[in-house]
Amino acid sequence: MYVRRVRREMEEKHVRVIEIKKSVFENNDREADKLRQELRGKGIFLLNLMSSPGAGKTTTLMRTIEALRGRFRIAVMEADIDSDIDAKKIAALGVEAVQLHTGGMCHLDAGMTRQGIEELASKDIDIAILENVGNLVCPAEFDTGAAGNAMILSVPEGDDKPLKYPLMFQVCDVVLINKTDVLPYFDFDLEKCRENIAKRNPKAKVFPICAKTGEGIEAWTEWLAQQAGSF
Amino acid sequence: MHELSVVFYIIDEVKAVAAANDVSEISKVTLQLGEVSSVIPSYLKDCWKWASAKHRLLEKAELEIEPIRALTYCDDCGKIYHTLRFGKTCPNCGSGHTWLKQGQEFLIKEIECSDSN
Repeated sequence: MYVRRVRREMEEKHVRVIEIKKSVFENNDREADKLRQELRGKGIFLLNLMSSPGAGKTTTLMRTIEALRGRFRIAVMEADIDSDIDAKKIAALGVEAVQLHTGGMCHLDAGMTRQGIEELASKDIDIAILENVGNLVCPAEFDTGAAGNAMILSVPEGDDKPLKYPLMFQVCDVVLINKTDVLPYFDFDLEKCRENIAKRNPKAKVFPICAKTGEGIEAWTEWLAQQAGSF
Repeated sequence: MHELSVVFYIIDEVKAVAAANDVSEISKVTLQLGEVSSVIPSYLKDCWKWASAKHRLLEKAELEIEPIRALTYCDDCGKIYHTLRFGKTCPNCGSGHTWLKQGQEFLIKEIECSDSN
């Protein structure tokens, strides 16, 4: 940062110009890195789960908890603009869930995620799952401090979404293609979708699942178990 | 999409810089904004107007936005083209092996202080 003095002819007075040249997201990125390190120190694997509204985040989460709760201590943070419907559903499974109200914000940032972690009463956690606000745009831009990012794309949304929301697919380690049971009723080409995802992010793991029937869930939960186990 | 929350980040950063430099009044905040940064300048200005009025330091601060043109580079033919016009497909050779060279930036460039310091 440096300060330069500029003489403004019109106003006949000196003004100071302070150069900042800093990304608006820089502070959040720094906070996110700090949180990531702290969680690593505590052995907590934080997963940031994103999708558009109605893609099946909560149902997928419930399946995931059922599959892994015998092996891992899981806690959930539900982010919504309002309501605690999701947190109640998760709590009914016997897993601690806190509801974070974003107060109209379209995403969570590292500061809000930290608050959520601090609100969790249980401190002995292996996997913390953050259910982000349903939105394919903003959550992708704000690092939450998670060790892993996953997103759910549901069949009715269409196989072209990786092309329309490139950043979301770029930041994800995993893409779950949900609602495979309705594939016969939609013009959704699974292979084309895989290609579209690979165009944006060749490293992304893709798991087709059906959260309703449980199909394909195991491959996904085993991946998660491996990540959390080696954390 | 999230203009108001980024305005809060900007205000936090600007206030910190002001405090570190003994600035008591800011007359202008200049941002550099990429064309494909997903932030809409007119919304950003509206949010700025609302949020900055709540801080004495920023009461008179105007928000200036310098756009950064979105440019995409084609790996196959080496040409650079305007992203907003042609998207992911290179207009020169039709290749899809292209990547965004610039246009996602969202920077706080500088602040102008009108106090007597």
